[in-house]
Amino acid sequence: MSAGNNWIALTTIWIKECTRFLRIWVQTLVPPAITMSLYFVIFGNLIGQRIGEMGGFSYMEFIVPGLIMMSVITNSYANVSSSFFSAKFQRNLEEMLVAPVPVWVIIMGYVGGGVARAILIGLIVSAVSMWFVDVSIHSLPVIIITLLLTATLFATAGLVNGIFAKTFDDISLIPTFVLTPLTYLGGVFYSLSLLPEFWQWVSKANPIVYMVNGFRYGFLGVSDVNVGAAIGVLVIFNIALFSVAYMLLKRGTGIRT
Amino acid sequence: MQALTISGLTKTYRGGVQALKGVDLTVAEGDFFALLGPNGAGKSTTIGIISSLVNASGGDVNVFGYDLHSQKELAKSCIGLVPQEFNFNQFETVMQIVVNQAGYYGVPRQLAFERAEKYLTQLDLWEKRNARARELSGGMKRRLMIARALMHEPKMLILDEPTAGVDIEIRRSMWRFLEAINKQGVTIILTTHYLEEAEMLCRNIAIIDKGQIVENTSMKSLLAKLNIETFILDLQGDTNNIKLDGFAHRLSDESTLEVDVAKSDGLNPVFAQLTAQHIQVMSMRNKANRLEELFVSLVEAGRKEKA
Repeated sequence: MSAGNNWIALTTIWIKECTRFLRIWVQTLVPPAITMSLYFVIFGNLIGQRIGEMGGFSYMEFIVPGLIMMSVITNSYANVSSSFFSAKFQRNLEEMLVAPVPVWVIIMGYVGGGVARAILIGLIVSAVSMWFVDVSIHSLPVIIITLLLTATLFATAGLVNGIFAKTFDDISLIPTFVLTPLTYLGGVFYSLSLLPEFWQWVSKANPIVYMVNGFRYGFLGVSDVNVGAAIGVLVIFNIALFSVAYMLLKRGTGIRT
Repeated sequence: MQALTISGLTKTYRGGVQALKGVDLTVAEGDFFALLGPNGAGKSTTIGIISSLVNASGGDVNVFGYDLHSQKELAKSCIGLVPQEFNFNQFETVMQIVVNQAGYYGVPRQLAFERAEKYLTQLDLWEKRNARARELSGGMKRRLMIARALMHEPKMLILDEPTAGVDIEIRRSMWRFLEAINKQGVTIILTTHYLEEAEMLCRNIAIIDKGQIVENTSMKSLLAKLNIETFILDLQGDTNNIKLDGFAHRLSDESTLEVDVAKSDGLNPVFAQLTAQHIQVMSMRNKANRLEELFVSLVEAGRKEKA
């Protein structure tokens, strides 16, 4: 197809994906706002007051970027994995497979939908956090770059999960057993400097540490890792996962007999 | 020009089931073509390969001169698919489904809305444009799939059992619609279990069984192969000692007679003999669809040959 046709196909998939999560906003947009409000009240306000400062900031200020990032990660992943798997399950993915839509357009359309939801959730959670703390911004470009790269990465990961999934259980396994532990151990609620040296070293093998810290740097100007390294890690993971998704869809894994 | 050329098409599923064993088929541009076969014969696999939903194990498929392997996107643009099972998002509206489908083919949104109005109106779905797909009746869902397949105005439309489970009135209206778009130049390939449908609509036919084409000819020449037809006569009079010299016959009940009539003999001798026995023929009909008889005999002959 020509570039113009590809653009129309891409925007069609993206609009369809955005329409889907907006149609079911009670399931997609409200829960993160409620969950994050509870985190702010319990961890930030009640427990946080007893913890005192972390990294030179109040505990509430310290956890805000991590909580926003946690919502971004969870929602970008869940959006694409469930939408793609549902399309497979209901067989309406065939609408795209019979059409001359290039594989990269399908990937970008679905990932774009996941990123859109993640950004919207990020804004909602940010708005919620403003009820509890004055949110300061140290570097807006770092915030935007980290947010986009993280949302893209986890949306693509959700797509890969959706490609392999054969049942609805398969799309909840990775979030439960991989994403949640990595996120909680990724420095959302604590600074790596609190850990013994060995566990600091182990933590740096967790990619979410780089995302949370890169994002925190954008807000607070402090980070446990080098921000350039954090962005570099995100770019590398994005390229790797996009290549995997492209190869799988091109081969027809999970979608063609 | 050939709309579709298939040569040496094979498909072996994981687990070793050989669904297609070297299918060769050609469909001319503008044809209304029937692909018939019993369940599991390989029809849906063939259609799946043509529409890129199934990967072939071997062989070539050419659509309007475009090789499905090396010129996939161009070949796909020529095809509209109406699958056997409902495969749209049940939570989307009729309008969203058809407009999105046009978008996947690169049709600009404004043009997509115009085409949506055209095809949804022609298929009596315009009033339902804002209804969610799950709210539609079975017949409406079938028509929605036809409208969706036409949104990019393909040169070839493939329909896999499009009238399954549809009442006769809607089925007939769908036939009229398909005949009309075929007259406009769209090549149509139809699979169906309603052989009356194939006989009425299609000019050429292929019969597939166990992954191989067992017959590929024009409908006319296929029907010409049928020498004997069975008629059912509703009679009035004493049928206890009925005699019909030269015709195999049997009484289903005391007033219903089945008679096998060779085409060369005609029906006049039957009527003459019955009249001579003071038996009146009140009404008459074919016992079975002619194509159905042929279909069964061709498939059975093919199986005996292989055995």
